[in-house]
Amino acid sequence: MITLEHVSKVYDTGIKEITALDDVNLHIEKGEIYGVIGFSGAGKSSLVRCVNLLERPTAGSVTVNGQELLHLSPRELREAKKNIGMVFQHFNLLNSKTVFTNVAMPLLLSKTPKEEVKQRVTELLEFVGLSDKADNYPDQLSGGQKQRVGIARSLATQPSVLLCDEATSALDPETTNSILKLLKQINHEYNITILIITHEMGVIREICDKVAVLDRGKVVEAGSVFEVFSDPKTTIAQNFVRSVMHDQLPDSVYQLIKAQDEAHQIYRIVFIGESTGSPLLSQIAKQFPVEVNVLFGNITELQGIPFGNLIVKFDGEPKEINRVLMHIRHSDITLKEVLADAG
Amino acid sequence: MLVDWQQIVTALWETIAMVSFSLLFAVLIGLPLGILLVVTRKGHLWENKQVFAVLNAVVNLFRSVPFIILMVAVIPFTRLIVGTSIGTAAAVVPMMLFSGPYIARLIENSLLEVDPGVMEAAQAMGATPRQIILRFLIPEALSSLLLGITIATIGLVGASAMAGAVGGGGLGDLAITYGYQRFDTVVMVITVGILVIMVQGLQSTGNILSKKIRRR
Repeated sequence: MITLEHVSKVYDTGIKEITALDDVNLHIEKGEIYGVIGFSGAGKSSLVRCVNLLERPTAGSVTVNGQELLHLSPRELREAKKNIGMVFQHFNLLNSKTVFTNVAMPLLLSKTPKEEVKQRVTELLEFVGLSDKADNYPDQLSGGQKQRVGIARSLATQPSVLLCDEATSALDPETTNSILKLLKQINHEYNITILIITHEMGVIREICDKVAVLDRGKVVEAGSVFEVFSDPKTTIAQNFVRSVMHDQLPDSVYQLIKAQDEAHQIYRIVFIGESTGSPLLSQIAKQFPVEVNVLFGNITELQGIPFGNLIVKFDGEPKEINRVLMHIRHSDITLKEVLADAG
Repeated sequence: MLVDWQQIVTALWETIAMVSFSLLFAVLIGLPLGILLVVTRKGHLWENKQVFAVLNAVVNLFRSVPFIILMVAVIPFTRLIVGTSIGTAAAVVPMMLFSGPYIARLIENSLLEVDPGVMEAAQAMGATPRQIILRFLIPEALSSLLLGITIATIGLVGASAMAGAVGGGGLGDLAITYGYQRFDTVVMVITVGILVIMVQGLQSTGNILSKKIRRR
C-alpha cells in the first residue's frame, strides 16, 4: 500500500546540510496500522510528509496505492492526494469556518454537488460523534473535538490511506485514548491503512500492528509490535519499550541484586502468551527446596497477547537453585529468557 | 461670522469621493500585490526570487516618497489617465498610488499571520494554489485584512487633506485655505470636527466588521 525505497531528505540551510532522512525503507501492507516512533528531531515529521509529498524527498521513491508519486505531474499529484488523508498534531482547521464547512472543504475543492456534500458531511460528523457541533466554530471546541473534526475532514474524500502526524500529542491521556479508539474503528470499518507518527510508545502499544523505530533519520529497528516489544534489539528501542512496559527495576530491588550471593540469586523471567497463565512459580516452590520470592513484576497486554515480566529471588542451596533453572529452561511453557540481571 | 454650510457640505462630499475612489483602486492594486508578496516568498506557493525582489523594491520605493512630492511627481501620469492634473478626480490618482503599496504591505502582514499549518492541510487535501489563496489564506486572514484596510482608509482621509495642492478640494483643503490662511476659526473647528468624527466612525466600523468576521 505504501512503500518507501531508499528515501533520503536533506535540508540545505545555506550554512550546512542537515540530513533528516537517511536511506529509509518502509513497507506498509493494506489494512495495517503502522507506527513510526522516534524522539523529536529523529525525522518523523519529514518521513510522514514525504509520503504525501508535502516535502519532496531528495532521493528515493515513494509508492502509494501502486502509484509512484514522484513521477506524477502536479495535477496528478493533487488527485493522488485525495486518496491520502492527513491528520495533524495541531489540527490545522480553518478558524473562520464552521465545523461543517471544515469537514466539507476537501469535497468543496473538487466541486462535489451540494446535496452529496451535505450527506457525506452529516455522515462523517455522526461517525466521529460531533453531529451537534456542525454549526460551531473550531474555537468553541475542545482539543479532542477539534481532532475529531480533523479526522472527519481527512476521511471526506474516502481515502485508502490515512497519515497521522503526532495526532494525539497535543491531547491529554484520556482524550488520546478516545482518539486512538476512533482511529482503530476507522481502520476496521473502512479498511483504511494508517501510518502513525508519534513519540509516545503508548500509542504504538495501543493500536499499531507494526512499528519502525527512527533514530537520526534512519530506521534502526522494525517489525511487528509484539516482536519489538518483547525483544527490542537496539538501545533506543529498549528505552521506548521501557517507557511503557515499566519493567525497570525499582531501586530497592537493585540494592538487593547488588547484595546477591550464591544462595540468594535474582533472576528475570519473561512470560509470553499462554505461559503467563501457568503456575510456574508455585510449581517450583512445591518441587524444589528453595524459597521463591517475587520482588517485582507486571503483566501487560500487547495486541491481545499477555506479556509478563517478573523479577524473582531464589533462596536455597546453589545446587538446588541450579536444578530450578534447569527446570525453567526445560519447561515447555514458553518462557523466553531467564537471566541473572545486573540491573 | 457667517458659516457657509453649502461650502462645507461640498467639501465633505469631495473628501468622501476622493477617499472612496482612491480606496477602491488602491485595494485593487494592493490586494494582488500583497498576495504576490506572500506567495513568491521563499518556500511559498509560487516561490520566485526575482518577482519578489522587484515587487518588494517597488513597494518600498512608493512607500518612501512623501505624499506631497508623489502628487506632483505623478502629474504626467495623472493627466494621461484622467485627462487633467487638477481637480477631485485628479487627486484620486496620486492617492491610489500612495495607498496601494501601503495596502499591499498591510495585506502581506495579515496573510503572513495565517497559521502555516492551515496551508499544509490545504496542500495535503490536494488544493490548487488558487484554491489555497481564495479558500484558505484569504478567509483565514479576512478579519485582520479588514483592520488593515481600515487603517489604510484613515490614512487616505489624511492624504486627502493635502489634495488641495492639486485643486482636489475636500475638508482638509477647506481647513487650510479658510481656517488657517484666512484665520476663520469657526470653519477650522467645524472641518476638523467632521474629520475627527469621520475617523472615529471608520475605525469603529472596521472594528465591528472585523470582530463580526472573527466570530469569537
